[in-house]
Amino acid sequence: MSMRNWLAAPLLWVVAFAAQAQEKSYAYWNMPKGVTEISRDVYGLHMLIFWVVVVIGVGVFAAFFYSIWAHRRSRNPKPATFHESTTVEIVWTVIPFLILIAMAIPATGTLIKIEDSSDAEMTVKVTGYQWMWGYEYVGEDVSFISRLDRASDRARQVGSGIDPRTVENYLLEVDNRLVIPTDTKVRFLLTSNDVIHSWWVPEFGMKRDAIPGFINEMWARVDEPGVYRGQCTELCGRDHGFMPVVVEAVPPAEFERWLAEQKGESGAAEAAPAAAGTEVAAAEAGTTTDAAVDAGNEAADEAAAAAPLDKAELMTAGEKAYKANCVACHQASGEGMPPAFPSLVGSSVVNGETAQYITQVLNGKNAMPPFGHLSDKEIAGVVTYTRNSWGNESGPVQPGDVAALRQ
Amino acid sequence: MAEAHAHDHAHDHHGPAKLSDGFGKWAMRWISTTNHKDLGTLYLVWAFAMFFVGGLMSLVIRGELFAPGLQFVDPEFFNQMTTMHALIMIFGGVMPAFTGLANWMVPMQIGCSDLALPRVNNWGFWILPFAFGLLLSTLFMDGGAPASGWTMYPPLVLQTGEAFPYLIFSIHLMGISSITGAINVVVTILNMRAPGMTLLKMPLFVWTWLITAYLLIAVMPVLAGAVTMLLTDRYFGTSFFNAAGGGDPVMFQHIFWFFGHPEVYILILPAFGIVSTIIPTFARKTLFGYASMVYATASIAFLSFIVWAHHMFTVGMPLAGELFFMFSTMLIAVPTGVKVFNWIATMWRGSMTFETPMLFALGFVFLFTIGGFSGLMLAIAPADFQYHDTYFVVAHFHYVLVPGAVFAILAAIYYWIPKWTGVMYNEKLGQFHFWWSAIWINVLFFPQHFLGLAGMPRRIPDYAVQFTDFNVISSIGAFAFFIGQFVFIYNMIQCMRGVGEPAPARPWEGAHGLEWTVPSPAPYHTFEKPPVVDDKEVAAHA
Repeated sequence: MSMRNWLAAPLLWVVAFAAQAQEKSYAYWNMPKGVTEISRDVYGLHMLIFWVVVVIGVGVFAAFFYSIWAHRRSRNPKPATFHESTTVEIVWTVIPFLILIAMAIPATGTLIKIEDSSDAEMTVKVTGYQWMWGYEYVGEDVSFISRLDRASDRARQVGSGIDPRTVENYLLEVDNRLVIPTDTKVRFLLTSNDVIHSWWVPEFGMKRDAIPGFINEMWARVDEPGVYRGQCTELCGRDHGFMPVVVEAVPPAEFERWLAEQKGESGAAEAAPAAAGTEVAAAEAGTTTDAAVDAGNEAADEAAAAAPLDKAELMTAGEKAYKANCVACHQASGEGMPPAFPSLVGSSVVNGETAQYITQVLNGKNAMPPFGHLSDKEIAGVVTYTRNSWGNESGPVQPGDVAALRQ
Repeated sequence: MAEAHAHDHAHDHHGPAKLSDGFGKWAMRWISTTNHKDLGTLYLVWAFAMFFVGGLMSLVIRGELFAPGLQFVDPEFFNQMTTMHALIMIFGGVMPAFTGLANWMVPMQIGCSDLALPRVNNWGFWILPFAFGLLLSTLFMDGGAPASGWTMYPPLVLQTGEAFPYLIFSIHLMGISSITGAINVVVTILNMRAPGMTLLKMPLFVWTWLITAYLLIAVMPVLAGAVTMLLTDRYFGTSFFNAAGGGDPVMFQHIFWFFGHPEVYILILPAFGIVSTIIPTFARKTLFGYASMVYATASIAFLSFIVWAHHMFTVGMPLAGELFFMFSTMLIAVPTGVKVFNWIATMWRGSMTFETPMLFALGFVFLFTIGGFSGLMLAIAPADFQYHDTYFVVAHFHYVLVPGAVFAILAAIYYWIPKWTGVMYNEKLGQFHFWWSAIWINVLFFPQHFLGLAGMPRRIPDYAVQFTDFNVISSIGAFAFFIGQFVFIYNMIQCMRGVGEPAPARPWEGAHGLEWTVPSPAPYHTFEKPPVVDDKEVAAHA
């Protein structure tokens, strides 16, 4: 291969690759332009600073490589002796400084715009939980929990045997999407129930931390209807990678209809948000294969619920679910970390009336998030496991008991 | 009996105990040594052991990320790996490696016989095995190792299991070790320079280490304070970082990054010094702008104290705060740029040869600059709202830490190992090591820029399938880079065994500095009488 081919081949590859990347419907190797004025400003700044560093880089590296080539010993056996020049030092201090000032001006403008959340037309309160998001339409009496959809959740287990490529929007789909109107300045108030999370939708050009005990603010005015996907971006524990943010932007009229519908259902939705999730999954069962698998498994769960399980099986299922969901707070020893995370050893809730305990697991309490997304068997298992470990001896409960309390 | 005793006595005089003198004696020599060269060796061997352990952890991370879905590890264990990888690489690898280089070279470069506080020096090193013993033991505890990231943000870090107090105490120990090393460097440089070695004649490596040592003394206690506050929040009912008790979790981030940003420069300033030493040697030309290099280093150190909140643009600071930290961060580009320009001006019209140390130094200039460029992008606060906590950040700091700090450490070892061992390393293997590392490090980290821009958050064990391509490339790069480092280890072991061409006192014809005026290998004790500082040997006026 000639020298020219050696140079041309990788270049062609890069061009072909870039062309292919351009065709993708999602961001593949660059920041998305996004669907808000802010996100387009931010994209513009990103590309501006990118080209500025590219130009500087080309200049600096050209000098660098030219020097390596031209000032090697075989070509330049006698080194020059200069080693100082105040003029040159001043020049290459002042020029970068001026470039930075030129960069700082548009950046400042955008920053001021981003931080101005006045005149918002509606407000959504976003609450981070380990590991899901709670959304509340402030003043509308509508709120729900949004968590990883069941198809992704099943596929992402270690050794699930499910190829994530077969799961639509793997890890970027939720059971209940946040719905917002387009062409409306929506203010998001962010907080958290446990640890710090961060709420990010790349297409909105913003992310902001959700901090327990504090309320943060950001805003977006989306101009194109569509579904926009993001993730939690602040390490928040075991399932940090599994709490997506999915926002559906719809025209204002459609949003009003949706909101009215939610108000009709909100009583029920609040009582058992997880049940709403299951309904969605079941409703989708006819349309997608993943959901069909879902529904199939649920049917199996229900069948299992009919026949009482023996205690050993419940304990095994319970230990597994406990390690996956509870151990971060209540610890492997069950002793928790009082006062934040109470001990389960000898606890009056754990060893008390089963209905009350199961309800608390399903719906959560104070810092404890709801676990209604777990199956009846898993919840019965966890309850049985905690009631019969570490010296607790309070007997098993059956999946049927859990199912009965879901409504 | 008397004869045997006389024999022992004689041994004391003809040098330190070797393995052939018996294992016990040999082991006690290394445990009780106060010799700066011995301790320099211990620090470096330790650093590479930790690079190996931390490297294995990174392979667990890259192995899991080779394909979407969870193949090997539980997400909790993945988080333990990212946390431990960072702590081990930073506190166990890069920092001890630089301290080892300072141990070896600072006394030899300023013409004194040893560090000012030799016993403190011994103590500083031998704290490390205990610190990391505590930290690594947490892998086997109930609840596993710390998994909240090396940044240890509360409230998450407070959910750590039994590992929690071990994490805190191991950080205390690492801090004590760093501070002892730093005090030793400062006291030595300020008090023990050979007559005629004025401050502005010191080699750049000594200058950058002096400034680094001040940074360490200033910020390690801040880290110790921050983690102690975590400890009391967990066990003694305080609420420094708990909003329910009137505290503020964000305050931890401010305190942590007030340590953390100068820490970043602690990890890179000595590298600047190394590169500023090696490039003039192989360009056979005096360093361009010596004084401006010193001032630029000092400016960077000063600025490092007033930029910390750029690590936390997304916590919701007031606009004025965001603007201040954006402007101050952008300013760092100025002195850093001056350094890069000075290096290139040093190369300019020089007479360059490209032995392994020079290759690594030039690799540093090129790749560190790329890391600097992404740093400049990250400084733009509105854009940072997008970049923050994505793989773009991961790519950025690995560019400045691996082909940055680590390449400089490798360059320094290749450069000075003839002086340390008295034999030349294998040049062919050295060159191979450079090209192998330089290629695969880019395969490893460059695609991570794309991942971050396209929206992949950092610290996640599994990802949406559109991120697959670049993760595959990155993982391949990781495994290839790791394997290549054994070429270096083999090369160095050969040198330490004395296998190789004997090295002359000044193996590099363009090298200047007092260290080259003593024979190779350097005698166990050097400069017991202060040397005459010849203007030809000092960096500023060679």
